[in-house]
Order: sequence, then C-alpha cells, then structure tokens
Amino acid sequence: MNYLTVFRALGPEVMLLVTAFVALTCDLILQHHRDIPHRMRVAGLITVVGLLGTILVLTQQTPAVLLGGTLVVNALTVIFKLVVIALTVLTVIISIDYPIGRHVGEYFATLLFGAIGMLLLISAEELITIFVALELTSLSLYILTAFHKGALKSQEAAVKYFMFGAISSAFLLFGMSYLYGVTGATNLNEIAAAIQTTGSTPLLVVALLFILVGFGFKVAVVPFHLWAPDAYEGAPTPVTAFIATGSKVASFFVLTKFVLISFGGMQGTAFWCHLTPGWTMLLAFMAVASMVLGNLAAIVQHNVKRLLAYSSIAHAGYIFVGLLAASVTGTTAVFFYVIVYALTNLGAFGVVAALSEKVGGDELEHFDGMAKRAPFLSLLMLIFVLSLAGVPPLGGFFGKFYLFMAAVERDSVNFGLLWLVIIGIAMSAVSLYYYLILLKHMYVHKARNEERLKTPAYLNAALAVAAAGVVYLGLNPQPLLTLLTNLVERM
Amino acid sequence: MRADWSIYISFIGAGLVMLLPRNAKNLIRWTALLTGVASLTVALIGYFAYNAWIKASNAGLWDVINIPWITALGSNYHLAVDGINYPLVVLNGFVCVTGILFSWNIEERVKEFFAFFLTLIGAVYGVFMAMDLFLLFVFYELAIIPKYFIIAIWGSTRKEYGAMKLVLYSFVGSALVFIGVLAAYFAAGLGTFDILELAKHPIAGHIQVWVFPLIFVGFGVLAGMWPFHTWAPTGHVAAPTAASMLLAGVVMKLGAYGCLRAAMLLFPTGFEHWRWVIAWLAVIAIVYGAAVALVQKDFKFIIGYSSVSHMGFVLLGLATLNVTGMSGAILQMFSHGVVASLLFAVVGRMIYDRTHTRQLAELGGLRKALPFAFWTFLIGGTASMGLPGFSGFVAEIQVLIGAFQMSPWLAAGAAASIAITAAYILLALHKVFFAEEEHAGAAPAHGHEVGAGDSRWNLPGITCPEVVAAVILMALLVIVGLYPSIMLDMIKANVELFPGVMQ
Repeated sequence: MNYLTVFRALGPEVMLLVTAFVALTCDLILQHHRDIPHRMRVAGLITVVGLLGTILVLTQQTPAVLLGGTLVVNALTVIFKLVVIALTVLTVIISIDYPIGRHVGEYFATLLFGAIGMLLLISAEELITIFVALELTSLSLYILTAFHKGALKSQEAAVKYFMFGAISSAFLLFGMSYLYGVTGATNLNEIAAAIQTTGSTPLLVVALLFILVGFGFKVAVVPFHLWAPDAYEGAPTPVTAFIATGSKVASFFVLTKFVLISFGGMQGTAFWCHLTPGWTMLLAFMAVASMVLGNLAAIVQHNVKRLLAYSSIAHAGYIFVGLLAASVTGTTAVFFYVIVYALTNLGAFGVVAALSEKVGGDELEHFDGMAKRAPFLSLLMLIFVLSLAGVPPLGGFFGKFYLFMAAVERDSVNFGLLWLVIIGIAMSAVSLYYYLILLKHMYVHKARNEERLKTPAYLNAALAVAAAGVVYLGLNPQPLLTLLTNLVERM
Repeated sequence: MRADWSIYISFIGAGLVMLLPRNAKNLIRWTALLTGVASLTVALIGYFAYNAWIKASNAGLWDVINIPWITALGSNYHLAVDGINYPLVVLNGFVCVTGILFSWNIEERVKEFFAFFLTLIGAVYGVFMAMDLFLLFVFYELAIIPKYFIIAIWGSTRKEYGAMKLVLYSFVGSALVFIGVLAAYFAAGLGTFDILELAKHPIAGHIQVWVFPLIFVGFGVLAGMWPFHTWAPTGHVAAPTAASMLLAGVVMKLGAYGCLRAAMLLFPTGFEHWRWVIAWLAVIAIVYGAAVALVQKDFKFIIGYSSVSHMGFVLLGLATLNVTGMSGAILQMFSHGVVASLLFAVVGRMIYDRTHTRQLAELGGLRKALPFAFWTFLIGGTASMGLPGFSGFVAEIQVLIGAFQMSPWLAAGAAASIAITAAYILLALHKVFFAEEEHAGAAPAHGHEVGAGDSRWNLPGITCPEVVAAVILMALLVIVGLYPSIMLDMIKANVELFPGVMQ
C-alpha cells in the first residue's frame, strides 16, 4: 500500500479540500475590495466548479479497500458521495443570494470542509475514522450555524447545537471505547466477527446503547431531537438545508452499516407479540416516538423552518421503520428514502431560503399568498411539500410505500411489524394536515403585499432540477431501486 | 385512439393551462373546455366500440395497456375497461365538460382553477381504469390533493374547514386501504399487485375477514358510507359549483368503485362475512340522508344530504351480490352522478352565484326570475325522486328488487326513503321557486312595490354555457331513462362474470 493509491482513492476529498482553499484564498486576496454580492457569486462559482469537478473524479473511481479496511470505496459509497455532492451544489447555489455576512470565503470553505467530513464518513469502516469524520462534519456545521453574525437566534442555535453535539459525541466515543474493549477490534467487520463468537454481553449492550444514543442525536430522533428545532430555526436557511440533508444522508449511511454489519449478532426482534432485546427493538421505540411526537409537534408550529424540523424528526422515524426490518428490501428502502428525502428537503429549505429574506421572515404568515407573488417557486414548494407528505406520484410517496412494505415483508406470516406500519400510516395522515396548512398559507391566503418577488434564474433552475428529480423518482423508481438492491445484496 | 388517452389528455390539458398567461382568461377557459371535450370524445368512442363488441362476443375486460412499471413490487402499468367502469369513465367525461361550462364565470385565478380541475379529472379517469392495485392507489391519492385547493380557494361557506375535513377523511380512508393492500399483497404471496391475478387466487379466509373491512371502509369513506359520511355535506356545500358537481358526481363514485373493484372482488369470503352489516349500514344511510335533508335550511345542504342517501342505494345494491342489485348499483352510480351534478349546478351556479344566498327562507319566487333554473331543477328533482322515464328510476328499482331478494326488510327500509325524497325535493321546489306570495305579502312592509307577475328578484339571465351544460345533463338522464339498455346491457353482462354473484 503506497500513499499514491490512498491519494487516488481519496481523490474526491482532496479535490474538495483544494476547492475550499482556492475559494478561501481567492476571496481573501483577490476579492477583498469588492462588494459582498459580487464576492458571493465568485466564491460560489468557484465552489460549484470544484464540486462539479469532484463529480467527475467520483465517476472515475474504482473499488478499493484502503489502509487495512479503514476506508472503503465501492459503487454504493460512490452513489452516496454523489448524492452528498449534489446536495452540496444545491446548498451552494441557494447560499449565493443569502445574506450570510462578510466572511464569504470562510463560509464556502467551511461548507466544503463539512462536505469532506460527510464523504469520509461514507467511506469509513473503522471506529476512529468514523468518529473523526463525524466530528469534522459536526464542527463545520456548528460554525455554519452561527454564521448569522448579527442574529441572536443564530448564536443561540449554534451553542445549543454544539452542546448537544458534543455530548452526543461523548456518548458515541464512550460506546466505541467499550466496543473496542470487548471485541478488541476497531474495524466494523472484525467487530461483527467478534460479536458472533462472544454473543451479546452486558458490556456490549452498553456499547450498543451509547452508540445508538450518539447517532440518535446526529439523525435527530426522539428522544434525542431537542436540538433540532432550535438549530434549524436559528441557522441561516441554506445551512439548515445542509444540516437537514447532507449530514443526515451520511449519518444514516454509517448508522446502517453499524447496525447491520457490526451489530448483526445483536438484532433482537421488534414483532408486536414477540419483543426481544436488540437494536431492532430500540430502533422501534425511537421510531414510534419520532413518528408520533414529530408529527404532533409539527402541527402547532408557526415557523416554517421549525415545522420542517419537526417533520424531519418524523421522517427519521419512518426511516428507522425500514432500517429495523433488517432485510435487503428494508435497507434498499432506507437508502432510497434517504436520497428522496434529502432531495425533497433541500428543495423545500431552498425555497424558504430564496423567499424568506425577501418577505422579511420565515413565519407561516410571511408566506401568505406566495402563489401569486412567486408562482414558480410556490409550485416547486407544492411538489416538495406534497412529496414529504407522501402524495403520489412523487418520490416521497413511493419511498414511504417501499419502507412500509419492507417492514410488512419482514414477517409476512404473522405481520409482526404491521403495528409500526399502522402507526406510521396514521401519522402520515396527521402530517398531511400541517403540510396542507403550509400550502394553505401559500395558495389560499391573501397576501398583504401583492408585489412580485424576483429570484435569480440559476436558483430557480437548481430548485427545478431538484423538483424534477423528486417527480422522476416517484414516476420511475425502478432504475434506482434496481441499482440499490444489487449493491445492498453485495453489502 | 386508446381509452387511456382520456387520462393523458386531461393531464396535458392541465399542463397547457399552466403555461398560458394568467390574464388570457378566455383562452384558458377554451383550452380547458377543449381538453374536456377531447377526453370525453375518446371515452365515448371507446364506449360505443366496447358496446358493439360486447354484443358480438362474450363480455369481459378490454386490456388497454399492460406494461411492467415497478418490477420490485410486481406492479404493472395496467389499465383496462369493462362494462363496470366504462359507464363511470363516460360519466367523468360528461361531468368534466359540464363542470367547465358551469365554471365559465370564475374570474379569480382562472388558470390555477382549471389546472387543478383537469388534474383531478385525469386522476379520476386513472382510478376507474386501473387494474393494478398499486396503480389504482396512486391515482386515488393523486385525486385527493386538487380537491383541497379547489375548495379552499374558490369555495364558499367555511371553505377551509370543509376542504380540510374532506381531505383528511379521504387520506385516512386511503391509509386504511394502504394497510389492507399491503396485508393482502403479502398474504397472497404472489408478488403482484395485478387485480385480476389476485382475484384468481383469493387469500386465506381468516385474513380476508379483517382485511376486507379495512379496504371496504377505506374506500367507503369516500362513498359517503354511514357513519363516515360527514365530510360529504360540508365538503359539497363549501365547494365551488364545479367541485360540488365533481365531488358528488364522480368522486363519491371513486369510493364505491374501489369497494367493488378492490374489496369485493379480491376478498369474497370477507365480503360474505360482512355483507349484512354493509347492507344495513347502507339502508341507514339511505333513510338518514333523506331524513336529514328534509330539515335542512340551506338549499345546498339538501342536495348534499340527498347524495348520502342516494349513495346508500349504491352500497345496498353492491351488498346484495345478485345481478339485479349490483347492476342497479352501477347504473345508480352513473345516474346519481348526473343528477347530483345537475342539482348542484342549479343551486351553486344558477341560483347562489346570482342571489348570493342559499337559505330557503330568503329564496322564493325564483320561478319567474329564473325560469330555466326552475325547469332544470324540476327535471333533476324528479329524476332524483326516481320517477319513471329517468335513469334514477331504472337504477333504484333494480337495487330495490335485488335488496328484496336478499331480505324484504332491507327493501322496505330503502323504499321508505323514496317518499322522504319526494318530500324534500318538493319542499325545496316550493320554497325556492314558488312561495312568492308569502314574500310578496311581506314585501310592502319593507316598502317594496310588488306588482302582479313582477318579481322581487332582479337577476342576470341564465348564460349560454349554463344552458348547454344543463341540456347535456338532462338529455343524459332522459336517454338512459328511456333507453337503459344502452348502458345496462354492458353492465349486466359484466356483473354476471363477477365471482360469486347470484342470479
């Protein structure tokens, strides 16, 4: 193993790192005297070009296992990295017109550092690397959350996010140390082998519990969700979009690997008449709590970003239902749903980012009569929100259908997981209520000020591409599904 | 031209309307109208071709298209037509065209209105033709959302409440269907959602017994099944005219059609188990709907509750599981679709849009002010009462005969409602169109000079689109009433093929 192979296998990450420094230096040295909108456009352009280059590098990658299984590059990781890059591109585009202050270069560089962390997280199959990558992502996101320099809310959100994040990292690290202590390995596959021989021991249960708590914070499931609404609301909206999508995609990916591979021997069951201890049971409780609490709490929200925050807590619950099916269908469903969810949510936050600054806020009332003031973006928002609600023929509908189907399939004789599906579907019906409330403000209510809002064409185009993706994945999910199924089977 | 083009034409029309400039209101209206006429034409051509075919050969399904869609689920894009869904497809086409004509006076956000309207129409075509359970579900849910916006934006009387209630009822109903469909899919273990395949291999009886009610009630919610009917009156009243027409005329039939095509066809044992419960619930709906209609003060609520009552006939006919009753039920779907559309058009468009009130106490004497509305209501009302010569008579008498074969008590209960129906229709007719003398007597107290033959109303006349649309609907009632075999033959031939049906 020479360092050139490692360097080439880490091509995308290196590319992003270079882009980050180019964006930072260009902005600091060449653009210092220009006005901020101009600097934003230049830095944004550099970043987008770098990201597109990374996509090129990614598509050229060959499967590899590096540094004794620490980092893995295969088709599945490439797909997920592509998703993260696509999300980063969209985040950058919605950031360009967003007033984030005068630290332009720093903003884009930090965003890219976060993205690098996510890419590493997707590749990592070793405890320490996973932890380092997770911290790289998290620390970048804490900084980005605080980027609304003048706004107290942004500062408060960042501190809260940081505190919760730090504690969750401590939990994670603690769990990992136990895991290492018991199994004597840090590689996920070796841990799995060790657990197969030792079986479930009390210390392993503690390790599992702590690791699930740690990831529970990262993906914001109940009862570890408390930071999410505040962080989502306080952060600059493009950052919210990035937290809600990119970091979740990466976290869910690594969590899936963790539970399915490493803790494969401690599955337990979550069947309604037959609960046995294991991670599926724990996930089932978190799933139910998230679906119920997330959806019910979303009903009473007045702020669009908070509403979407609670909705994303509920969505994490739906994803857990697929995850705890612990089958090929279930894992495929989880991956499919995570991708659709990320695309949809990024689009939704993108519309909020584009409009909220122009109407002076992101309360529901600020969106009154938006269908008249910004008809195109309102139409896109309609697509995104209905996809979140699970209305056909959009991606969110099919994703949810497939998740629930996987759960029923797991035990199709006694319908052991049907109880989770019933709760999930009932809560979906609840969720339609608050999604419609949001759409009602945009489509039914009269605007106080009927002036048309102009948004830049590249922003509209980028969001339209996201919406087209959501519609396409709903109308023709089969290609992506086939691809994911094949790769999951090999996992 | 294949029958599924009705679906695509509607969606394309919705897209076209979206692209037109928002101020070109007449252009938008004409585009919508042409879309509606084109989709109706496609449906009618296919209808008569099928009708000719069925006379020449045995009845059965006409496959329209059947290609793999989502192979991971075993779901095909499978559309087909037969004597059961073709009358409903044609009904949807007629309600679409007349609905657009009755919406000619909408001035606010015309573009969005017709875009939502045509999306809804396209989805409804899809539900009627889908022969794949997953596809049917997709179209069914797609039909829910446009209704919300149409009612919440262009409606009246508590529109946001009515719209939300309707949508949540539908969505909860479809959630029940969803659970039932998943359970049935895995219990069958065939790895397919194809309705015909699933019907060939019914699942184990003990599962059918609990899956059937889930799916039947899930669809039944939308069919106005008692006691889940409460969305119907509020939704109908809140909706703008075209949407009331569509809701009562077509959307309620989606529910009944789903009960027939998904619940009854796939779960014969479950159906047998719950048949009597459904029949009695239907009779309750028939009598309850009619009785509540009798005491309403709002003209539109009368028609709203009468829909609940008439949809009870549909469910009763289906529950009889004999050829006469089921054929009557399907014909009743068509017939009530036309009648309800006509009556809602009279109340919502001809009267409310002009007088801005629907309170029976405030109306009166409209016979002279709006003679055309009077005659339309008279014809629609008599058809609703089930008088011979109109399609409603042919349909309801068959349901009653079928119900009588099942149990005379059911027939007796349902027949009692016919008297109540006559009472509320005549009462409404009197209060709205006559009753002038009472008002005239009261008028001088307000300082009005009311001469003989003069009306206290000074209303704009009935417009050309309204006349055309009303004449189309009335003609349908009379044609099917006088010459029922145009529809009944194909219905009967296909109902006879229904598994487990009795002669």
